[in-house]
Amino acid sequence: MTYQGTAPASAAEEMLPEAKPGPARRLVDAIRYGNSVVLTLLAMLCALLVGAIMIVIADPPTRSAMGYFFSSPWDTFTRGWHAISAGYVALFEGSVFNPDSLYSNGHTPIFGPISNTLLNAAPLILGGLAVGVAFRAGLFNIGVQGQLIMGAICAGYVGFAFRLPPLLHLLAALLAGVIGGAVWGGIAGWLKARTGAHEVISTIMMNYLALGLLNYLLGISGFQAPGSNQAISRSVHGTARLPHLLGPNLSLHLGIVIALLAALGCWWLLTRSTLGFSLRAVGANPSAARTAGMKIERSYVVVMLISGGLAGLVGCSQILGTNHALTGDIDAGFGFDAITVALLGQASPRGTIFAGLLFGAFRAGGVVMVANTGIPADVVLVIEAVIVLFLAAPALIRAIFRLRESRGGGVGVGQLAKGWNA
Amino acid sequence: MKLELRAITKRFGSFTANDAVDLVVEPGEIHGLLGENGAGKTTLMNVLYGLYQPDEGEILIDDVPVTFKGPGHAMSAGIGMVHQHFMLIPVFTVTENVMLGHEQTTPGGFLNRRRAGREVAAISKRYGLEVPPDALVADLPVGVQQRVEILKALSRDARLLVLDEPTAVLTPQETDELITVMRALRDGGTSIVFISHKLREVREVADKITVLRRGAVVGTAEPGASQSELASMMVGRPVQLTVDKEPAQPADVVLQVDGVSVVDPNGVVLVDNVSFAVRGGEIYALAGVQGNGQTELTEALVGLTTPTRGTIAITGRNIGKLSTDEILDIGVGYVPEDRLHDGLVGQFSVAENLVLDHFDRPPYGSRGSLNLRAIADNAAVRVQEFDVRPANGLAGASTLSGGNQQKVVLAREMSRPLKLLIVAQPTRGLDVGSMEFVHRRIVAERDRGTAIVLISTELDEVLGLADRIAVMYRGRIQGEVPVGTPAAQIGMLMAGSTSAEAAAGTTSLSKGAVAAPGAAGVL
Repeated sequence: MTYQGTAPASAAEEMLPEAKPGPARRLVDAIRYGNSVVLTLLAMLCALLVGAIMIVIADPPTRSAMGYFFSSPWDTFTRGWHAISAGYVALFEGSVFNPDSLYSNGHTPIFGPISNTLLNAAPLILGGLAVGVAFRAGLFNIGVQGQLIMGAICAGYVGFAFRLPPLLHLLAALLAGVIGGAVWGGIAGWLKARTGAHEVISTIMMNYLALGLLNYLLGISGFQAPGSNQAISRSVHGTARLPHLLGPNLSLHLGIVIALLAALGCWWLLTRSTLGFSLRAVGANPSAARTAGMKIERSYVVVMLISGGLAGLVGCSQILGTNHALTGDIDAGFGFDAITVALLGQASPRGTIFAGLLFGAFRAGGVVMVANTGIPADVVLVIEAVIVLFLAAPALIRAIFRLRESRGGGVGVGQLAKGWNA
Repeated sequence: MKLELRAITKRFGSFTANDAVDLVVEPGEIHGLLGENGAGKTTLMNVLYGLYQPDEGEILIDDVPVTFKGPGHAMSAGIGMVHQHFMLIPVFTVTENVMLGHEQTTPGGFLNRRRAGREVAAISKRYGLEVPPDALVADLPVGVQQRVEILKALSRDARLLVLDEPTAVLTPQETDELITVMRALRDGGTSIVFISHKLREVREVADKITVLRRGAVVGTAEPGASQSELASMMVGRPVQLTVDKEPAQPADVVLQVDGVSVVDPNGVVLVDNVSFAVRGGEIYALAGVQGNGQTELTEALVGLTTPTRGTIAITGRNIGKLSTDEILDIGVGYVPEDRLHDGLVGQFSVAENLVLDHFDRPPYGSRGSLNLRAIADNAAVRVQEFDVRPANGLAGASTLSGGNQQKVVLAREMSRPLKLLIVAQPTRGLDVGSMEFVHRRIVAERDRGTAIVLISTELDEVLGLADRIAVMYRGRIQGEVPVGTPAAQIGMLMAGSTSAEAAAGTTSLSKGAVAAPGAAGVL
């Protein structure tokens, strides 16, 4: 996962003329030194092991078998194994493929699990891109939650308050969502540029403001669903909804396509555009960027507009695709999961797609796991957290698996987890 | 104390930092350890100080083998280290800094400052190390801070003192004082390892010289060895120490600075009413000890700082309202003094760094899009032309050695048609070989008709390159002197004397500084 710009050091290493090893040699080296892909896979393995322990502890039959462990230890192992395999099988069946669907005569659609995974992946990828792009420009955007809420409010308002022709309505709503998020993010960038206010503080505060505004709006007429006394808004008109991709029975909508296009756009921005070049330079070394004549204040504002705009798209995906009506929990935790996804994706668009798909799968599979096995949903959260924790401390993984210290550097999860100031 | 290092080998992965290094320091000897950057001097001393464990070899103190598990261990064995970057706490007094780490307390558990103060006074008297015991370290000049470091080591009964590049931060006068102190310590029986890459100082003070190259001892020399002998030992090939240049052919005025002052937000005057003019085809040197306003003045020249008063004109155009970008566009090249902090983006590749200040102009960028092909082609050409190693545009800038990083910055700044080139500390931290190269390129740029402003704290560099010399002191230009002015006179200006005093007072200076003008080399 090294593309130009992320890790020139390690990329350079592979391209030194005197050291041009064959593919097999490179694979061996990748494993011995633990490149980022190997480290990620090992971190996932560790996380699944930790999750397995949690499942065993949470499983009542296994726990009772532990009570008489010394008279019949085998019981503990068989029951424990049963609980773990049932849990992880359910996770897989809920997120990728359920063999039962082949014999269900269409009652459970074959693409159901994949549809759920992609449905969840779309906002995760968009949010991960928002955090990642800001990070590459040296800013830690903790405010995806607030920005996506603002995006959802704006997109939702355009979606239910106006009547426009089908395609136009959708585009107008999307544009409103992007602008809503961009403005909310841009404010934090502007504050940093003008006053030096740290973006971590200001974006967190802006999250509260956005939440407060959302809750207020859900109680006033014009927003609140007519005839309801619940905190729920009117529904977005059909003309402004994101079309479903796999037929009306499956919930997957166009959001995932938008997310992939956005990732492509971010890739172009970061590696192929002059704007991205200056954003990255400011992110990696503001003093050198300033000395080279770049305007770092402008860079802060621009990147927060872009980041906020991407977060606004998360809101669009939520309100125009998944939910159709604003509620108090429209952000569904995507605002903060976005940070985790960006961490796992190492702030690169490609990595973010993979991380978003993985976490989307966890979200989709977690629901089925809870329903089928009674394993607490927290296990999935723990697995996600442990993956990122291990990746944030690569030394730990290296120690566990006795990998050698890699040569050369680059921006990794470690850097992202530490932040630029560390 | 006699110190002997036998066949010390230290490896980092596949890289051998020290390769079977032998070193013998006799009691009461000043031993010069000479080598380029990256030759393994600091690694060797860190092994001695217990910071690294050697992979092979042994350390003997007074002929007894020892192993040091950490600096505390080495200290108790009588080894004291004065690092290049001082390990002092600025808000503590001199006495407090000296007692730090082995504080003595009165029975009630209070610090016994009085007793510590007496000890400080006693040691400083014994070795002629004058320090004000109750002054805050932050208020002291760098040279005195260094004395505090030495005192700190001596107060722990160091019988062998390691001084790591001690003169890098000192004025010529302070250097002379340090040399006096070192001699006093030696005469008192303390052994000293003096690490440096400045040939003149090593020759002047050392009793014996060991030269390291690429981690291995390439030879020992007596102080009588000539500078060029030592330099070629260090570099491994004959080196030219002086810069060959024709007399300057000054043309029209390119840079006109009139009454420029820079005042920081706290009201401290950093640059004080500075005026000068630089013509095309000449090198105008601003000499001075670090921190006398050169940095701020340079930043004002390229628009990174806005002058509080005064005007700056480049090719007759007032740059007061221009952004840095626009100033660079006029044809100004800028090599900042801190290349890693201001000159390069460490995470970027060499190729990206080579277009850092013109990435958005054709052929590198047009209509918002980068032309990666053009950027790579440019890198291939520049890397060849400036002999950057490794010759690989994809290498990360932070993985390069200091000299090669500097070449990247120079290559970038000189790859555009220039009218004015501002170079600050162009050879700081560079080895002899790279210095030679950098100096040649600067002179070549001058001969092309570019006006050059050279900011340097290295007197020899100033003397070797400049066509006119101005000395900055406390934000002012203390005096402007022609080429050929004795180094000692410039040294006095750097220390704050007026031009008249400096001209009159050269005879009262120590031998070392007076001897320098004869060796108008660049080392």
